[in-house]
Amino acid sequence: MEKFNKLSGHAIPLRITNVDTDMIIPKQFLKTIKRTGLGEFLFFELKFDQDGNKIDSFALNQDQYKGASILIAGKNFGCGSSREHAPWSIADYGIKCIIAPSYADIFYNNCFKNGILPIILDEKTVGRLQDTAENTLNFKIDLEKQNITYVENNEQKEISFDIDPAKKNCLLEGLDDIGLTLNKAVSIGNFEGNQEKETPWLYGNKLT
Amino acid sequence: MTDKKTIYDKIWESHVVSTNDDGTTILYIDRHLVHEVTSPQAFEGLRIAGRKVRRPEFTLATADHNVPTSDRDKGITDPDSKLQVDTLEQNAKENNITYLPMSDKRQGIVHIVGPEQGFTQPGMTIVCGDSHTSTHGAFGALAWGIGTSEVEHTLATQTLIQTKAKNMCIKITGKAIEGVTAKDIVLAIIRKIGTAGGTGYVIEYTGEAIRNLSMEGRMTVCNMSIEAGARAGLISPDKTTFEYLKGRPLAPAGKEYDDAIKYWESLATDDGAHYDETVEINADDIIPQITWGTSPEDVVSIDGFVPDPTNEENADKKKSIERALDYMGLEPNTPVNEIKVDKVFIGSCTNGRIEDLRAVSIIAKGRKVAESVHAMIVPGSGLVKEQAEKEGLDKIFIDAGFDWRDPGCSMCLAMNADKLQPQERCASTSNRNFEGRQGRGGRTHLMSPQMAAAAAITGKLTDFRDL
Repeated sequence: MEKFNKLSGHAIPLRITNVDTDMIIPKQFLKTIKRTGLGEFLFFELKFDQDGNKIDSFALNQDQYKGASILIAGKNFGCGSSREHAPWSIADYGIKCIIAPSYADIFYNNCFKNGILPIILDEKTVGRLQDTAENTLNFKIDLEKQNITYVENNEQKEISFDIDPAKKNCLLEGLDDIGLTLNKAVSIGNFEGNQEKETPWLYGNKLT
Repeated sequence: MTDKKTIYDKIWESHVVSTNDDGTTILYIDRHLVHEVTSPQAFEGLRIAGRKVRRPEFTLATADHNVPTSDRDKGITDPDSKLQVDTLEQNAKENNITYLPMSDKRQGIVHIVGPEQGFTQPGMTIVCGDSHTSTHGAFGALAWGIGTSEVEHTLATQTLIQTKAKNMCIKITGKAIEGVTAKDIVLAIIRKIGTAGGTGYVIEYTGEAIRNLSMEGRMTVCNMSIEAGARAGLISPDKTTFEYLKGRPLAPAGKEYDDAIKYWESLATDDGAHYDETVEINADDIIPQITWGTSPEDVVSIDGFVPDPTNEENADKKKSIERALDYMGLEPNTPVNEIKVDKVFIGSCTNGRIEDLRAVSIIAKGRKVAESVHAMIVPGSGLVKEQAEKEGLDKIFIDAGFDWRDPGCSMCLAMNADKLQPQERCASTSNRNFEGRQGRGGRTHLMSPQMAAAAAITGKLTDFRDL
């Protein structure tokens, strides 16, 4: 996985709460067998009306947010299905960091598997950052230092954020989880041996 | 520190393989269900890394999201859907994983197939690349939905790296009013705690009204735990659970069944165990529930009204009510039992089991689907379909004008041909009423099978108890 350390870029304010995974990537794009190429379909039904015309009022369609790498969203972002197509489409679009008051559990975990940093800040701060983002300011995000910095009215601003150390490390190092767990194959084998003794009915039965 | 434990604590502790330096836990996964939408990239990942499936016999695959629910003899006509299903079949074959194809009568929605086959058992850890994996919690299993990266991790290692969630107890006290179903109970729960109310928690459902539910009803409740934001939802196993499991193809038999029961009985939450959060709802307060909006927390009782955003003080909430009303094409303060529907969908992993169909048949018998309504019934699996036909339910449905179909996820998420047209309104027994969920522009009202059947008959949202 790609490492995440520092990021500098524009941010898109998305002022909707409970953004669900069907909004992020509608089901017609889930039929792929690849991880890549989903960026153009991100928020498809918010970007285009039913006749395929661009909806100008939607932030992702506005020129000032072109090339943005940060999304500032409402609370409970990513609720709904477990589809990893949601973070795949976000990453493929070029967004590497999301800032929101809260996330749905599965989506939040999925972000860390895809090099996306989901930052949690209180609702008021998120609202303020959404306002700031409208002035197409540049935000700098430093995961190591756990802060967001930007200049507003010639003044340097800094907001710090909390993150679970294990999850932070996972992004900083771009770790291959599976490789690390496979290093513990002996422990897994021992576990299976003990479990088979204690609950033997879990072993040996298979559908034919 | 107390030694009293919740069922979640017990299952968690019995599956710890090791604890990492960073405080995360490697948790053993007993069973893994696989479907076509969230698995192809995981198998591809294994292939690229040259890794194998560690425990193919603990893994069960079937196609459900993309499969057609009519004209099956023509196969899958949509090329993308076909590629996804064919890819699953190929991946299962290459990795020696049992795969139930469309032609097998055991095929169906993964969360219906697992319990039916006895693949799901108390005390297990069960995962699937699907958020409604929480369904299996009905058996006193710890079951949760995962992303594709974790599907790959499970395939390769039969474990997942996890951090423990908090314990929440939701207690439904007293007996449910007659005609109030598991679906009404879970909608009432989400109405109370909201779609993020369970975030960070595993919910245990307790109380008399939960205890009195059949296994099928318990599955309906646990199924929608994810709609309350919880990682998982479960119910301590009891005689109802053990009886359901008896004789299932993969359930233990003979002496092993007796041994298993001893173990399963030990899983129930200890008296006096600590919950981080407790929510109590009185069953007397629950009458049939429906959703009016675009979030599963947008719930009202069938005798209620569409909300008025001018009564909402919170600006965010006001905005989201306005957005939902606009999408749903509803006026504030409309009595919900005056809302007309165009379609009815009965099925899904929430309500696609045999008891659901029996309940629908009681309402359908001797009545006719309203002329303005297209009402489809999609059994959750081939075995549910077979059982319904054995009992003659299919004849009742067809005589009443329902469209009786083949098993799959169907219009719960509209990945196959079954979908709403823009602005069509649907009474649905599924689990999500998100914008576009059942088809772009489609308007979903969630409810119990009885309520959906009544809507089919009258052409509008109806308290089925008044029929």
